[in-house]
Amino acid sequence: MAEQPVPDYPGSDPIEAVAPVGARLDLPEAGEWKRVSPKYVMVEIVGTVIFLLIVCAAAGALWLLLDQVWAAWVGGLIALITLVSLAFEPRRVRSIGYQLRADDLLFRRGIMYQRFVSVPYGRMQLVDITRGPVARLLGLADLKFVTAAASSGVAIPGLAEADADALRDRLVELAESRRAGL
Amino acid sequence: MTSLADGDWHRLHPASPVLRGGIFVFALLGFVIANLRERFVDVVFGIPRQSGDPLDEIYERGAVGWALLIAAAILIVILIAFTLSWRMHTFRVSDESVEVRSGILFRSHRQARLDRIQGVNIVRPLIPRLFGAAKLEVSVAGQDANVQLAYLGSALADGLRRDILQLASGARQPRPVAGESVPEAPLPAGDPAQIPADTATAAHAGRRQALNDYATSRVGEFLAPELDPDAAPPESVVRIPVLRLIGSIVFSGFTVFVAVAIVALIVSVIVGGSEWLLIAIFPGLIASIGYYVSRFTKSLRYSIAGTRDGVRVGFGLLTTSNETLPPGRIHAIGVTQPLAWRPFGWWQISINKAGHSTNDGAAGQAATTVLPVGSLTDVAKVLELILPGFALDEQRVLIQHGLISRGGDDGFRNAPRRAAWLRPFSWRRTGYAVSAGAVLLRRGVLSRELVLVPLARLQSVGINQGPVRRRLRLATARLHTVTGPVTATLGVLDVGEAVRLLETVTAGAVASAESDTSHHWSRIDQDPAPTPRPASPVGPAAAAEVTS
Repeated sequence: MAEQPVPDYPGSDPIEAVAPVGARLDLPEAGEWKRVSPKYVMVEIVGTVIFLLIVCAAAGALWLLLDQVWAAWVGGLIALITLVSLAFEPRRVRSIGYQLRADDLLFRRGIMYQRFVSVPYGRMQLVDITRGPVARLLGLADLKFVTAAASSGVAIPGLAEADADALRDRLVELAESRRAGL
Repeated sequence: MTSLADGDWHRLHPASPVLRGGIFVFALLGFVIANLRERFVDVVFGIPRQSGDPLDEIYERGAVGWALLIAAAILIVILIAFTLSWRMHTFRVSDESVEVRSGILFRSHRQARLDRIQGVNIVRPLIPRLFGAAKLEVSVAGQDANVQLAYLGSALADGLRRDILQLASGARQPRPVAGESVPEAPLPAGDPAQIPADTATAAHAGRRQALNDYATSRVGEFLAPELDPDAAPPESVVRIPVLRLIGSIVFSGFTVFVAVAIVALIVSVIVGGSEWLLIAIFPGLIASIGYYVSRFTKSLRYSIAGTRDGVRVGFGLLTTSNETLPPGRIHAIGVTQPLAWRPFGWWQISINKAGHSTNDGAAGQAATTVLPVGSLTDVAKVLELILPGFALDEQRVLIQHGLISRGGDDGFRNAPRRAAWLRPFSWRRTGYAVSAGAVLLRRGVLSRELVLVPLARLQSVGINQGPVRRRLRLATARLHTVTGPVTATLGVLDVGEAVRLLETVTAGAVASAESDTSHHWSRIDQDPAPTPRPASPVGPAAAAEVTS
C-alpha cells in the first residue's frame, strides 16, 4: 500500500457504528423472500451440460485433429471448473429471491457475488416473459422487469408459468397506479 | 405564437431537399465543374485528345442531341423528385404532439407527444447556415426516435422551438412577451409560410432590392450572437474564455498520448534503423492536429443559459448547435476534474439524458457535455441551472465539499478506513449524501469526481458484494440511470451503509416521483404547488424515518 491512512478527524470512524450486521450483505428489515421454483435447477444444469459438451467437443477437435495438446489442458480445466460450479447450482438457484414491497420490487441473487436491486414500481417500462425449450418442458417461465436503465437487470428466472403471468399482471397494475414519467 | 404551431400542416424550407443532400450535392457539383474545366482547358490549348473518353465518343458519333436530351431528362426527374419530396414533407405542431409526414414512395408518419419531449435542438450546419436555414430536432426517449424538421428558416426555427416548449410546458395561457426574444421583424425570404406573399411583392418591388435585403439578413444572421441577449437573463449565462478553452484542450489526456508518440518518434529517428515506427506514428500526429482544431472550433462560442423552459446549451463556430433541455430531463450529472486540470481549478460537467440528438456535440463527443471547462463558480452556476431547487446554502456547501473536500465529517457518509485496502488514496473521499431530492456520490482523489442523480429520475438501485469486499465488510452500490457518460457507482461502502443507502434512496425515489410534475413543467392550473421541479425534500431527516 502506497499510503498509510491516518484518520484526521475526531471520532475516527463514525460509520463503523452503523454496521451491526455481519460481513455478508443482507437486508435485515426485508420481509419474506419469495423463491423461484426448485425445478429451475434442471434448466441451469441442462444449459451447463450443453456448454460442457461444446467445450469438450471443441477441445477434442483441436487436440485430436489439429494435434494441439494445449487445447486438451485448457478444455479439461474449463470442464473441471464447470463441474465444480454445477455442484453449487441448487444453492445458487435457492439464492434467487424477490419480494413485492409497498412501493418497490426487491430482487436478490448470487451467493459468492451477491446482488440486491430495488426498483420502484413506477419505473417500469415493460415486463417481458420468456420461455426457453427446457423451461417450457418443466412448465417454467422467466420474467424480466425492464426500466429505462439498461443496468437495472431485474430478471427473475424459473417461475411457474401461472405465477409468472400473475406476477406480470400484478406488476403492471402496481406500475399503473404509481406511474412516473421518464 | 408563430403561425407554424397552429395545429395545421406546414411545409419546410423550399431548399430542404438540396440542403439535406448537403455535402453530397456540392461534391457532385464540384466534380462536374472540375471535369468541365479540364475539358475547357483542353479545347482552348488544343491538347490532343485520347480516344475512349465517353464525351468524345458521344461527339464523334453525332449523338450530342441524345446526350443533351438524356441529361435534361435526368435533371427534370431530379427537380420533380425534389419538388415532390418537398411537397410531401409536412409537419404539424398541435397542443398534444409534433408530427412529421414524409416520403414519396414509402410514406412515413411520425408523431411525438409533447409531454415526452426530452429536448429541442436547433442545428445550423455551415452550408444551410449560409442560406439562412436551420434544422430543428425534437428528441424523445428511445433509439432513433427523434422528430427532425430539416430545414426551416433560421428565425422561424427559433420561434417554433419557443412555441413547442411553451405548449409542452403545459402553460395554456399565452405568456407575457417581456424577456422573450421575438426576432419576427427580419423574416428571411426563404420562409415557407410567407413564400407566396414574399415572392410576389419582391418581384414587383424590384429584384435588386430584394436580393440586397436577402444578403443583408443572411449576413446579419450569420454574425448574430449565438444566444439572443433577450432570451435569457444575463446572470444565468456561463461563457468560456478562449484561453481557458485552449488550455483545457492542451492539458488533456490526449496530449499525454501525443507527447508519448512524439518522444517515441524522436527516439526512433535518433537511434535510426526502424523506419516502420515513423510510418506508423507520423500520420497519426498530423491527424491529431486536425483533432485539436476541430475540438477547438466546435467548443468555441460555448454558452449555457437558463431560460424559462429549461437550460440552453449552445456551441460551435461554423456549424452551430444549441439545445434546450426542459426541466427534469437530466438523469444524472457528473462533475469531473482530470489531474492535469487541477492546478488551474477547472472542471467539466457531463450529463445522462434519455433523448439523444443525432448530431455530435463539441469535439465529436456525444452532446452530453454541458460545460466543457469551467471554474468552481461556473460549476456552481451551471448546477443551479440544471438542478433548480438545489441552490440553498445547505446544498451549496454539499456541492463544495463534494468537489474539493478531502473527506472527513463534512455531510457525506464516507467509506470506513478498512476501505483503504481497495482505495488506498481516495477512501476518505468516497461517500454519498442525500439532499433536496438528489443523491450525491463523491469519489476519486487524483482525478476528482462528483455525481448527482435527481431522485425523481432514478430508475433503480443495486448493491453488490463479492468475496473480497465480504472479507472487508464492504459493498458496492450503484444507482441505475439511463445510459450516458456518467455512471453513478460507489466502489467501496460499509455493508450496513450500503443497505441503508438502498432503503433511503428507494424511498426517496418513490416520494420524488410522486411529487414530480416536470412532464408539464409550468402547468399551474392542475397542480396546487407552483414548483416546476421535483422539489420533494428527501433530506437526511426523511431518510432517517425510512430506515428506523
